[in-house]
Amino acid sequence: MPPVDKLFGIHATALKLREQRMSMLASNIANAATPGYKARDIEFSSALQLAEDGQAPDAAIRYRVPVQASLDGNTVELATEQTAFAENALAYRSSLSFLQGRIGSITRALKGE
Amino acid sequence: MAPNLSIFDISGRAMSAQLVRLNTTASNLANAGTVSGTEAGAYRAIKPVFQTIMGEDGAATVAVNRIDHATTAPVKRHDPAHPLADKDGNVWEAAVDSAAEMIEMIETSRHYQNNVQVLATAKGLISETLRLGQ
Repeated sequence: MPPVDKLFGIHATALKLREQRMSMLASNIANAATPGYKARDIEFSSALQLAEDGQAPDAAIRYRVPVQASLDGNTVELATEQTAFAENALAYRSSLSFLQGRIGSITRALKGE
Repeated sequence: MAPNLSIFDISGRAMSAQLVRLNTTASNLANAGTVSGTEAGAYRAIKPVFQTIMGEDGAATVAVNRIDHATTAPVKRHDPAHPLADKDGNVWEAAVDSAAEMIEMIETSRHYQNNVQVLATAKGLISETLRLGQ
């Protein structure tokens, strides 16, 4: 494990994955009116497990199962996507504040305050 | 090769696509109720056809593939007093469903708003990340 990973623990990886998931959810929202588009999402816990083993999260990408399929073959449901997006943004922010705390304590230790 | 799409590309292009859709709706509504002396000359509603643009790492955005004319036929109306009427006294009204266009307009504006919201959230998170450690 490189020293910087030891410093930030799982949150550096988590932040990267959260960003990728945010892109994917943004893609779903962008394609909300495209006929035939199949919504996708990253299963976060599997993706994190894969990242821990040094693998790309491709194997953790899943197709969304719609609550009610629409006639044009589009499986984006805005309520679902918006909820997932909000949850993901909040998780991103919490990872960020963990990192912030870590950086703060290391800085204090370095300064000897 | 799949392009590398940032979240700004994804939402930005989706906003452009929705804007094209809004423009077609505006054109259709503006031409609703126009009358022509021939069937071929009557206005037909235009509709954009959206297409997914796939990017790297599962990202995808949307683009307008083409703009099609609706297949609904113009309505023939017998009105001999109309200045545009042909020799049989018929005129053709534009093939525009105003109610459907209004619904389309509301849906478009909702999709546009959603993309703006995504962009605003992403921008906020990125700025927060930039301030990390300060």
